[in-house]
Amino acid sequence: MNRRPNHLAGAGSLVWLLLVGFPLYVMIGATLRTRSDYARRGPLAFPEGFTLDNYTGALSTGFGQYFLNTVIVTACVVGLVVLLVPPLAYAIVRSRSRFASSAFRLFLLGLAIPAQAVIVPMFYLISEAGLYDNLLGVVLPTAAFCLPISALILSGAMRDIGGELYEAMAMDGASPRRMFFQLVLPLSKGGLSTVVVFSALQAWNGFLFPLVLTQSDSTKLITLGLYDFQTEHGIDIPGLLAAVVLSMVPVLLVYLFARRALVQGLMGVGGK
Amino acid sequence: MSAHIETQKQTRARSQERTRAQARALTRAGAKERGPRTEGGRPGAGRSGGRGASRRTREGHGTRVGRPGFLWAIPATLFFLLFAITPLIMVAGLSFTSWSGLGSPRFVGLDNWTRVFADPVMINSVWLSLLVTFLGVAIQTPLSVLLGVWAAGQQRNRAVLSAIYFIPLLLSTTAVSVLWRAVLDPNFGVPSRVTWLFGDGNLFGSQAGAIGVLAFVSTWQFTPFHTLIHQGAARAVPRVLYEAAEIDGAGRVRQFFHITLPQLRNSLITSTILMVVGGLTTFETVLILTQGGPGTDTTITAYYMYQKAFKGFDFGAGAAVALVLVVAATLVSLIVVRVSGYDRMRSEMEGVS
Repeated sequence: MNRRPNHLAGAGSLVWLLLVGFPLYVMIGATLRTRSDYARRGPLAFPEGFTLDNYTGALSTGFGQYFLNTVIVTACVVGLVVLLVPPLAYAIVRSRSRFASSAFRLFLLGLAIPAQAVIVPMFYLISEAGLYDNLLGVVLPTAAFCLPISALILSGAMRDIGGELYEAMAMDGASPRRMFFQLVLPLSKGGLSTVVVFSALQAWNGFLFPLVLTQSDSTKLITLGLYDFQTEHGIDIPGLLAAVVLSMVPVLLVYLFARRALVQGLMGVGGK
Repeated sequence: MSAHIETQKQTRARSQERTRAQARALTRAGAKERGPRTEGGRPGAGRSGGRGASRRTREGHGTRVGRPGFLWAIPATLFFLLFAITPLIMVAGLSFTSWSGLGSPRFVGLDNWTRVFADPVMINSVWLSLLVTFLGVAIQTPLSVLLGVWAAGQQRNRAVLSAIYFIPLLLSTTAVSVLWRAVLDPNFGVPSRVTWLFGDGNLFGSQAGAIGVLAFVSTWQFTPFHTLIHQGAARAVPRVLYEAAEIDGAGRVRQFFHITLPQLRNSLITSTILMVVGGLTTFETVLILTQGGPGTDTTITAYYMYQKAFKGFDFGAGAAVALVLVVAATLVSLIVVRVSGYDRMRSEMEGVS
């Protein structure tokens, strides 16, 4: 079509690149400098001597523990979602029962529920259940709020499985259960990995539920650790930003990994 | 002219297909773009999806294909009812009670409601929420449409840049807010060094400055998501339309306004609804960047709710405010759907569900 390069769009995209990159540059630069250097020469200066003190400092103020807590919560949320969603999506796509289609409508409705709206009764429920200040009390609502979008993603992936495959399995006398394990699950792997990445991100980045449902240091999650660090040592900007970088690293690693898998998937489709 | 008419016809004919693509674009949001669909080899059959295929099965061969019963859907549904729908119903009940976080809630009738609506901070917070939401939509929509259409191109450099643009979305709102708070810090941040641009350097000192920061940080973080929605939609626009327009001598700008933009209608609606709901429930950015200040100048409704319930231990009032939020978000979404005529396309969406 348009073989003429679009210079205006190119310029615009570079402006946006600067806007995205600028705070990231300031952040990385700040964490590699001492506090006094940062205060003296300002955020825009290029680091002169490199130091990792900010990172070790952040880790020694408890971020190791918060990191571990967040890993536990993330693993549990992903585990719950992976356990609950595939059977649900299978029923949504294949079941002829009225219940399955109303369930799907319920989850579609659930897409629009903001966590802020339910936080007060959630606090009540979790306290009543004796789960206040317990990591499980964070896991349960976080997982519940991952369900709607996960159900949508996975049922979308399962819908792409051709009817003739089910038919072929039925000829072999397969039960719905066997079809689920031998046909549906293997063929919806792509959708399932999206669901895993999505719910892991939600759990890792979650803030409101941990803010309201936990209070002690032993149950603190990393986002809450950042918030507390900011309110307590807001002046130590290099230290604070080092903590921010630490909280981002796993997410960026996963992104790198997931993107590569994506590219390989593309090449696989083209090559075979 | 003739090209224009054809465009409309084709648009209509393709609407079902596009609605599906739309739903995909949205549901795959977490996954970013996926590879070519594996069933791409059978375009016609693939469209009707599992349904058509299964119907053939029933009518064709004698084999009965076993289907899962409703039991398969029960665990997830129960879990969701318990941890999402129950609290949503309870929020209405709690708004008529007085509860300090200890003991049991006590019924007090409309007391919370009269108190909350007599509070000028609350009334002001509603306007502030609407303003922040409006700013979000007004800034992010044009940006994300342009970026999305740009990123939909197949050029290699666009793919690389898109991967970078996506980064803000991966970060937690907390990390993003803490980062920008540090970058814009009045004493140690960038504004204190670039006084020719920022004056006294204290962006958080005035209402306009603080609201500007909130709008800017939200834009920085959430534009990638809306870009992705539009990118998916722009990729689904048939190339024939552009080829036809090119033959008619339409330039790039006219192509954008007469083909791309109308074809992005569904993704515009989807992203607007998400922006509205997201804007009305903005909370973390306010908590971390401005603490509702200066004074109560950026105390928007979600933050007001948090203050009432979890700082003032007035959970009844907090529940009342939460209910206002739910109703407002639902109403605005409904209005957007109505005004845009999205609900008339429901029948086509049925095929999806």
